[in-house]
Amino acid sequence: MGAVVESKGGAFRTWLNKRLPVDQFMADQLTGYYAPKNFNIWYFFGSLALLVFVMQIVTGIFITMHYKPGELTAFNSVEYIMREVPYGWLLRYLHSTGASAFFIVVYLHMTRALLYGSYKAPRELLWVIGMLIYFALMAEAFMGYVLPWGNMSFWGAQVIINIFNTIPGIGPDLVEWIRGDYAVADSTLNRFFSLHVIAMPFLLALLIMLHLVALRQVGSSNPDGIEIKEKLGPDGKPLDGIPFHPYYTLKDIVGVGVFLTLFAVVVFFAPTFGGLFLEHPNFEPANPMSTPDHIAPTWYFTPYYAILRAIPDQRLGALAFALSVLAFVFLPWLDRAKNKSIRYRGFASKLLLGMFFVVFLTLMWLGLQPAEPAYVLLARICIPLYFAFFILLPFVSKADGNGPVPDRVTYHAH
Amino acid sequence: MRTNNLSVIGALALLLVAGTAVANEGHSDWQRQAGNEVANLPSLQRGARNFMAYCSGCHSLKYMRYSRLGSDLKISDAALAQFLVRPGDKPTDYIKASMPASDAQDWFGKPPPDLSLVARSRGTDWVFNFLTTFYADPASRQTGVNNLQLPGTAMPHILSSVQGVQHAVWKDVESKGEDGKPVTTKVFEKFEPGVAGSMTPAQYDEFARDIVNFLQYVGDPAQLERQGLGVWVVLFLLMFTGIAWMLKKEYWKDVR
Amino acid sequence: MSDHAADDTVPEVDESRRKFLVAATAGTGAIGAVLTAVPFLASWSPSESARAAGLPTEVDLSKIEPGQMATFFWRKQPIYVVRRTPEMVASLKSHNDSLKDPGSQASDQPAYAKNEDRSLKPDVLVLIGTCTHLGCLPKTRFSPNDATVMANWPGGFFCPCHGSKFDLAGRVFNGSPASVNLRVPPYSFKGDNTLVIGQDAAVEKGAA
Repeated sequence: MGAVVESKGGAFRTWLNKRLPVDQFMADQLTGYYAPKNFNIWYFFGSLALLVFVMQIVTGIFITMHYKPGELTAFNSVEYIMREVPYGWLLRYLHSTGASAFFIVVYLHMTRALLYGSYKAPRELLWVIGMLIYFALMAEAFMGYVLPWGNMSFWGAQVIINIFNTIPGIGPDLVEWIRGDYAVADSTLNRFFSLHVIAMPFLLALLIMLHLVALRQVGSSNPDGIEIKEKLGPDGKPLDGIPFHPYYTLKDIVGVGVFLTLFAVVVFFAPTFGGLFLEHPNFEPANPMSTPDHIAPTWYFTPYYAILRAIPDQRLGALAFALSVLAFVFLPWLDRAKNKSIRYRGFASKLLLGMFFVVFLTLMWLGLQPAEPAYVLLARICIPLYFAFFILLPFVSKADGNGPVPDRVTYHAH
Repeated sequence: MRTNNLSVIGALALLLVAGTAVANEGHSDWQRQAGNEVANLPSLQRGARNFMAYCSGCHSLKYMRYSRLGSDLKISDAALAQFLVRPGDKPTDYIKASMPASDAQDWFGKPPPDLSLVARSRGTDWVFNFLTTFYADPASRQTGVNNLQLPGTAMPHILSSVQGVQHAVWKDVESKGEDGKPVTTKVFEKFEPGVAGSMTPAQYDEFARDIVNFLQYVGDPAQLERQGLGVWVVLFLLMFTGIAWMLKKEYWKDVR
Repeated sequence: MSDHAADDTVPEVDESRRKFLVAATAGTGAIGAVLTAVPFLASWSPSESARAAGLPTEVDLSKIEPGQMATFFWRKQPIYVVRRTPEMVASLKSHNDSLKDPGSQASDQPAYAKNEDRSLKPDVLVLIGTCTHLGCLPKTRFSPNDATVMANWPGGFFCPCHGSKFDLAGRVFNGSPASVNLRVPPYSFKGDNTLVIGQDAAVEKGAA
């Protein structure tokens, strides 16, 4: 904690600060929190993720005012919002685009961590909490997609919930318990509504708060992966650090501006994004008697879906699916390099990480394709490469992640 | 370093482009693009009139009110009442089909679907091809017609008075079956004129295009307003970002 | 290598430029925030469905007996339509001193109802059946000299919730908790026998 701050100016401000540590908080968290000065473009996505979270809550609150959960009313209420509620179409598109934007931002945020070893000690817990946020976000998005009760909502829910069937012993009972019925039905829709609107947002808010507290505790890492607290100046502040306010508050505002501009282009000119953000079959009401031509989850789930689909054995496929998501959690312990950042690792590490990025994106694209032999074959090639990243990392990182690192961060004025 | 970042960004951009391309599935030779423009108001008005005249007998637009058509498509109350509003309906009513659903079930085996969202779920190209690829097929269809876009459709060719009824010409194509033995399949080659309708093929294409255009509007009526508003929003945000960037640059002069 | 050493040629901080840019950013941001709020607040306005349901209601007056009242709904509010007999209309003159607002100065009615009998045509009274005290539905007490209501009762309405009393033009009596006469909605006539509630008599188009 920083030095105790004298409240300045105004009787109200003095009155307030006696009762709530407002000035102290500002001093500790903003002007008194020193972050590395060499943040690059990859460091925008944390604050952007927080922005999108707030946007989803606000737009979500307003569309919930008009949405009616229930198998007979849900689909119609969404069209009611789109056509009859003043600016309802805007609220809906903000929320649906926001969901995809959330994942774009979060994936880029995670990419930063992989590039610069942000998950390494002492930030392992920060990473694990982040993974918990990721899991909660996937659950939230999945349930949210069911709510319009379109044909893809229904069949997507059927397929994904059926994966739990593969759990030995308890599978079938578990699936029935999740659904509350013998197939995805009204009960499923209503409980997903409650979880999506209240339970998961509370959980997400708690996890995000923990994530920020954990970050504050250890301080941000940086693209060079060296700990700035190890080089302090005569004033006790890190030589390579700058106060978060005003430097990163102002820089993040620019990031927000750029993000919102791109976001607005999508919302106003391409809200379905070619069927990626709002899938075509979802403009038909749920029909238990007619499966869409090809069921695909929304793009942010497709890497894992491609893995699930490509494995011919149902149980093994489900297991691979689960492991492919969970594997990320173990990165802090799989990575045994001394150096954090990819900048100071050898060619082998760069090749391995680059391969993982390419494989992840390929799997994402494959999951969107129909289940034709050529695509399945390619997925079956990608799956071992995907897991190879995690399996080989302990060895590759130990071998070529120990070279010299600079004394001070590399910074170019901008 | 920089190359790492750029390659990842490049890969992501490629993915986004590929993803958009994915949504447009592979096309057969005969599949054409609708080519309609939702900004073309006269086309939307013609489409509205044609839909009400030819389609609304069986197909409802249950999420659309007549009055909304009137205000969005700039159709006067008088014209609305004369050409569009079904007798007995109020202008604020939703557009229902004239035929009772139970009758439709009896006659066609399934109720004709509501078309409010067909342009969004199937796409405008699909609808355009559906309207333009009916052909004579008395041998296998009770309705006497079949359709290339939706083979086996239960819908009769309501628009035959306008398009006429064309003949499909098939060619035999040799290929290898799964077991290696040669297999002959019939593949569509082209259409030939059959019975003439009141319009030439070019006129009918325009006619169909107007209806498709109208249905695209019905699928998302706010789109007319949305894009206009979007221009202002994006311009404002660009301006804001520019100012914020100048502010950032000014303060970051401190950092060396 | 990167630039770390603080050099001696540190440029002066241009405070006024900084102040200006902060103000410009904050100002643009504030405008943006207000503009963003507009669609959210607007989404609370009555939707197309609410407005369509709130269109004028037509009433067949021949179905209401003289001296009787029927209740209809317009914009989700109860509307009292009374076919007043000549005696009921005559009774309106007798008790101006007992009324809080005999000239309807403070109450809410269209211009054509700001007269003694508060109506377009004296034989048809149209009121919003909501007590102007706290919103209950006033009950009819049309029989004159009904002592259970009050002495010299000319006939009118009695609200059971807190005892407000109104005459056969909806004007509030002294001693009532309500202080304002019952409201009159916009209405007009179509032909002799049709009352259109919600369509203003003075305007061509509907009041929707």
